[in-house]
Amino acid sequence: MFVAGKYDVIIIGAGHAGVEAGLAAARLGCQTLLTTLSLENLAMMPCNPSIGGSAKGHLVREVDALGGEMGIIADKTCIQFRTLNTGKGFAVQALRAQADKKIYQAAMKNVCENTPNLDLKQLLIENILVEENKIVGVTCETGETFLAKAVILASGTYLSGRIIIGESIFDGGPNGQRAAIKLSAALKNLGVRLMRFKTGTPARVDARTLDFSKMEIQRGDEGMQNFSFMTDAPVDNKICCYLTYTNERTHEILRKNLHRAPMANGIIEGVGPRYCPSIESKIIRFPDKERHQLFLEPEGLNTTEYYVQGMSTSMPADVQVEFLHTIPGLENAKIMRHGYAIEYDCIDPLQLKPTLEFKNIAGFFSAGQSNGSSGYEEAAAQGLIAGINAAALVKKFEPLILKRSESYIGVLIDDLVTKGTAEPYRMMTSRAEYRLLLRQDNADLRLTPYAIKIGLAAPERIKKFKTKLAEINSATESLNQKITPNVEINQKLAAAGIGEIKTSMPIAELMRRPNVTYQKLREIFNLPEISAFAASQVEISLFYEGYIKKQSELAEKLDRLEDKIIPENIDYMSMQNLRVEAREKLTEIRPRSIGQAARISGVSPADISVLLVWLETFK
Amino acid sequence: MARGDILKTEDTISAIATALGTAGVGIIRISGENAIAVADKIFDKDLSVAQDRQIVFGHVKNFSGEIVDEAILLIMRAPKSYTRENVVEIQCHGGVEVLREILSLTFQAGARAAERGEFTKRAFLNGRLDLTQAQAVLDVIQAKTKTALNIAQNQLSGKTSKKIRRIRQDILGVLAHIEALIDFPEDDIDSIFIEDIDKKIAAQIAEIKIFLDNQRTGKILREGLETAIIGKPNVGKSSLLNFLAETERAIVTDIPGTTRDSIEEFVNIGGVPLKIIDTAGIRNSDNPVEQIGIERAKDYANRAELILALFDGSRELTAEDFEILKLIDGRSAIILLTKSDLPRVIDDSKLKNFIPISVKKNLGVDKFLAAISEKVGNVDAEMNFVRDEREADLLRRAVQNLEEARLTLKKNIGIDFISIDLRTALELLSELTGESVTDDVINEIFSKFCIGK
Repeated sequence: MFVAGKYDVIIIGAGHAGVEAGLAAARLGCQTLLTTLSLENLAMMPCNPSIGGSAKGHLVREVDALGGEMGIIADKTCIQFRTLNTGKGFAVQALRAQADKKIYQAAMKNVCENTPNLDLKQLLIENILVEENKIVGVTCETGETFLAKAVILASGTYLSGRIIIGESIFDGGPNGQRAAIKLSAALKNLGVRLMRFKTGTPARVDARTLDFSKMEIQRGDEGMQNFSFMTDAPVDNKICCYLTYTNERTHEILRKNLHRAPMANGIIEGVGPRYCPSIESKIIRFPDKERHQLFLEPEGLNTTEYYVQGMSTSMPADVQVEFLHTIPGLENAKIMRHGYAIEYDCIDPLQLKPTLEFKNIAGFFSAGQSNGSSGYEEAAAQGLIAGINAAALVKKFEPLILKRSESYIGVLIDDLVTKGTAEPYRMMTSRAEYRLLLRQDNADLRLTPYAIKIGLAAPERIKKFKTKLAEINSATESLNQKITPNVEINQKLAAAGIGEIKTSMPIAELMRRPNVTYQKLREIFNLPEISAFAASQVEISLFYEGYIKKQSELAEKLDRLEDKIIPENIDYMSMQNLRVEAREKLTEIRPRSIGQAARISGVSPADISVLLVWLETFK
Repeated sequence: MARGDILKTEDTISAIATALGTAGVGIIRISGENAIAVADKIFDKDLSVAQDRQIVFGHVKNFSGEIVDEAILLIMRAPKSYTRENVVEIQCHGGVEVLREILSLTFQAGARAAERGEFTKRAFLNGRLDLTQAQAVLDVIQAKTKTALNIAQNQLSGKTSKKIRRIRQDILGVLAHIEALIDFPEDDIDSIFIEDIDKKIAAQIAEIKIFLDNQRTGKILREGLETAIIGKPNVGKSSLLNFLAETERAIVTDIPGTTRDSIEEFVNIGGVPLKIIDTAGIRNSDNPVEQIGIERAKDYANRAELILALFDGSRELTAEDFEILKLIDGRSAIILLTKSDLPRVIDDSKLKNFIPISVKKNLGVDKFLAAISEKVGNVDAEMNFVRDEREADLLRRAVQNLEEARLTLKKNIGIDFISIDLRTALELLSELTGESVTDDVINEIFSKFCIGK
């Protein structure tokens, strides 16, 4: 065995999960090795050229609040920004940006290369070394062994990847990459349970062959917020996207060729995501829908490649050309890359603790698509947490487990490790019980204290955060001052378009009225001058107080159950009062707390009562 | 599992602590963090300032401010109580209807129905009981699991269950549409109009309210309407009983009373099952050496939901008759003037709304039956109703959340806010049907809307 190096933490894969894991571990002082099949493809976006969206934008904000990198790089390199869900409620408003894929990758690579303690190596890892249920290191294709105290699997869709384009099938990773074939077998040898998932991507077409005049233009929004709490520069919209629709002819071609669709003729075995169906699945599942929308999105500033959002497909190449040509604006479109489906192995996330460490292999973590999730943002979030917790193991500090009531990241990881997933898991706001509390505007208030405690918050972030907190506190204090109605006050209020007051009240009461902003009141009552972000926190917390309070109260109750920790060595099989199904499920999942136990399907409220009694009796 | 389930140990619970209809005094026990606040909402004295172990005399009021009963409250602050939580005991006059009404008021004030053994379980969990009692508690829970499984399988009657599932499905549809719009804002999903949501929610509220309106009927159909026949000796109580039993030939069952050697019989009057209290006593009551005094009549009247008060038309009113008139004052009662085939001697100016009747000659019988229907309301076995106060409580809270969702709609501050109360309502209904909300919403989104990049 040739030992080529010794590290605290090694990460297998440098996609969105891998880079966040690597950066976090290195920044926390761990000697870290970030490995990838190809350094050209670090932080690659193999599917859509965009970051954020409903719930996903929230994740990026949370990653940022915890000291992650995705938000900062997205702000620097994205080329169009939009706010989604305006008018549907401030808690569900979300940022979405078009990325320049190459510039994003280059910027992320640059950050990695300039981070102390972080080594980047182009390696194909083929084996995981474990001794006595404890991680030892990894061995790569070229025969070198690297030893480590912690290893993080972040292998994306590369594990035994198989590309399918119609009748053409070959081993491979996304976007013409190699697949990691031997690693799957190595994991199985370690007793790791694998699942087979599938996902897909649409064709890329040449902008020079598109007729944009036949499409609706989609512009970015001006003056909107950034992803990162650290970015001050206004967003810069450099490009537009375009919207067009399929029609009956498109559908006819697809229907006529359905027998050649790999998902229909049995070539594809993996389970695909319901939220991201191929166009052929859409035609089958919604036969009455007369048209389906598609967006044309540039892959970057310095390329003519356009992503055809909505047309994910694994149809044969000739069918792809034929159906695309029926779409207005795409009549003469030349395909630069074909759409394809990819099947890949991922681990069953039920084998993980909420720290993302394998229950049965100490020091071995897994994050991102290899955990059965999908999406760059979901991957980044898990990577960050795995990186932090690998560092926690090495540096012996308390691991970070976020609660469902305080973050989408907490919901994401809890869902994966408690319920598992039957399809690639995508974050959705409807998966969160208390989304009114989990807003993108307060991600820093929720999570930056953890970043500060752990040591992931840069000095500049700490300073900004403390300033914002102080502003919110001083504003809140001033707003608690009582005012008594008099002619002068009511005149000033009237001048600002605010109705008069008749009884004495704290100034804060006025903010509960519609369309009363902090800025307006600041001028009238000489309140402290604070940043717009701090002001909006104050406004939201007062105007929506009733709704927020309702959810906070429920969340607090839930959290008390999260705080009831179950000892790791508990023997469920000996607990005669538990139903057999509950005994089996609890033994498999080994929940960390009563709260988590209660969310396991097959565990009833009565079983939870038994557990509670047991905990009281034998603690 | 519904969210409500895992939060159960945090709720404030209440239950009737004394056996129904057996004593002159009844106790309702409330336990949990908000026990005092719950009691405060339905009591005419300020309890927030009450000391630990204080006894407060006052009146239980309903939410319209009407007095329900005179009561003594015992306040026990945590941890100095049986459950080591805040506990309030309401001691009142023990009539079945009164106890049930007060219990229902505690639910409306924020408590939920306690499960079997739950007070003991809490006492245990809060360290009140010793280790030897642990096994006993586990056994209770386990027993509950078994019955709960049985109950879950035939929870709700088929028809009722179908209806509630339909209501739930309609609300789920609205919620899934809202969630789809929020989670997939760039997909081609039809927009949703506030007026349409409002109409749909209002329709479901109306449907649920039918269940609640039928609740009393449901209970009557299940348990029979507890009915007392009272009157002085030899007034014709047993003749009336025999007449009721014979004419309708509908004695359903004989069940021995739990606390005394009395017999309760069901007679079916025009589809209304009356559960006649102490038929054995009544059958013996025309015996000249009858022992039943006014005390016993009082006891019957207390327990009864309907009183048939008999006065002998062929005799003068006696002191006993006046006692009986006092007893039925303000109660749901039908006054029957018996032996109307004989010349009327009684001074009937003292009686209100009486019905002259003679079972021997079949006089006034139609009027009597009509009066029963009028008291009980329309009873139809085909109607939708839930089984008990717990189920009714879930429905009531669902309605409350739906109403709040409608209020939010009017504010026009975004569909996300509507989803909060819709989701809670859905969770409450799911406790009745045993389904899970989050998974169902997501499944509904994907089955109804074409989504995908």
